Amino acid sequence: MSTPLFLLRSDNVAARRIGDELMIMFARDSSLFSLNETAALLWDAADGRTPLAEIVARELCPRYDVDAATALRDATELALGLAERGILQVGERPFADAGDAA
Amino acid sequence: MSVMQDMGARAMALGIPLSVQLDLTYRCNERCIHCYLDHEDHGEMTTAEILGLLDQLAAAGVFFLNVSGGEIFVRPDLFTIIEHARKLQFSVKLKTNGVMIREAKARRIAALGVEAVQISLYSHDAATHDKITKLTGSFKRTVEGARLLRDAGVKVIFANVLMQQNADHYKQVQALAAEMGIRYEVDATITPMMDGDRGIVALNMDGGRLAAIMHDTTLLGDQAERLLAAPSGPTPLDEAYETLPCSAGHTACYVSPYGDVFPCVQFPFKVGNVREQAFIDIWKHSPQLNEVRAIRVGDLEGCSSCVHGSSCNRCPGLAYLEGNMRGPSIQDCEKSFARTGVPSYNLQRKQGARATPQPAVAAMEQESLPAAHPVVWMARQ
Repeated sequence: MSTPLFLLRSDNVAARRIGDELMIMFARDSSLFSLNETAALLWDAADGRTPLAEIVARELCPRYDVDAATALRDATELALGLAERGILQVGERPFADAGDAA
Repeated sequence: MSVMQDMGARAMALGIPLSVQLDLTYRCNERCIHCYLDHEDHGEMTTAEILGLLDQLAAAGVFFLNVSGGEIFVRPDLFTIIEHARKLQFSVKLKTNGVMIREAKARRIAALGVEAVQISLYSHDAATHDKITKLTGSFKRTVEGARLLRDAGVKVIFANVLMQQNADHYKQVQALAAEMGIRYEVDATITPMMDGDRGIVALNMDGGRLAAIMHDTTLLGDQAERLLAAPSGPTPLDEAYETLPCSAGHTACYVSPYGDVFPCVQFPFKVGNVREQAFIDIWKHSPQLNEVRAIRVGDLEGCSSCVHGSSCNRCPGLAYLEGNMRGPSIQDCEKSFARTGVPSYNLQRKQGARATPQPAVAAMEQESLPAAHPVVWMARQ
């Protein structure tokens, strides 16, 4: 069984849903990103405490009619991509400062 | 289409107020000679009212929140408000004169992830700046506030409002900004007071100096091609009946310290009050706001057939202050003239039997231009 991953929303960004997309803006350089529905679901669920596998099972599998293993693989890749851009933090343990992120 | 343009188009299609300016107070520690506000407190919203309003704005889809005044730092609850706004994930921009900013405040603003702080600076010369603000020592404290913010890692913008008193200083202010590593924007228009009093409009610089500034390619950045272009010609009729005059009331609006809602800070046509109605009800159902939204370029008197057509930056708020939101903004007609040397339809009509105005500066050929775009022709500071 693979190590569980935990996601936490970055707190140094601005974010708002505009229709079915989520806009993310960084204060540091005003860069603006548009996240699609799947990425937005991960953002919404990234409370720092819920394992990614649970997010996938709860949010993605029922919505996209996909098996859990495939969904988790794709979601992990997406989460790591978002983490590379600083939109999410990804860790192997729950985040200690996730109190307000839920 | 850029991500920003795409977001704007989506907000327009969905009727989302993407951007709101919220003035927390009209009180101020300066008394700028060109200011359009009444600085008396006539019953500002309380902390609880503002926090509740922020919740409503977030729920309505507002993304860009410009927090302005008055001087925002005279409110002791400012950081409570900014903290709540950031918790709601707004992109927050602050507008201030910077006089009350010290190191601890600068660090706190940086820690809160504020997108930018815009600071009004009128001159590189302390005496000129202080004479405009009527606050002795304000230049020194404003520049120091900007430096502290910059050192804390906050993006700072110097907003240089120009008028007769300081129009010849902008190059030096631009150089000061460059030296400090601060973005520079110039605003070349003094607009009437919110109550309609046009007395301060007389502070505007003469047409010759305005034309020279409007042709300074160091100020135009990537907008130079558009701003220096010859008049576009009249807007085609079918297009004129589809084209919106500007985003005011469509994807943007303004809320005063008293809860009054307007299409824009420089469009003082009250469309509701958040103390009497939920923001979303005003946004969706205000008859006044829907009246503003119904206006198309084709409805504008003289504008749709004017030679400046789509190359004009007509402000409906200035037109409203001149007496008719469907009429011309002569201040913008004058700017189109300064920019191109070609009088607008309404400028000629206004001048009636008088001689055709002579261009202060002839239209210039396009040059190779820097990428920065420091020109905001009419932003309220």
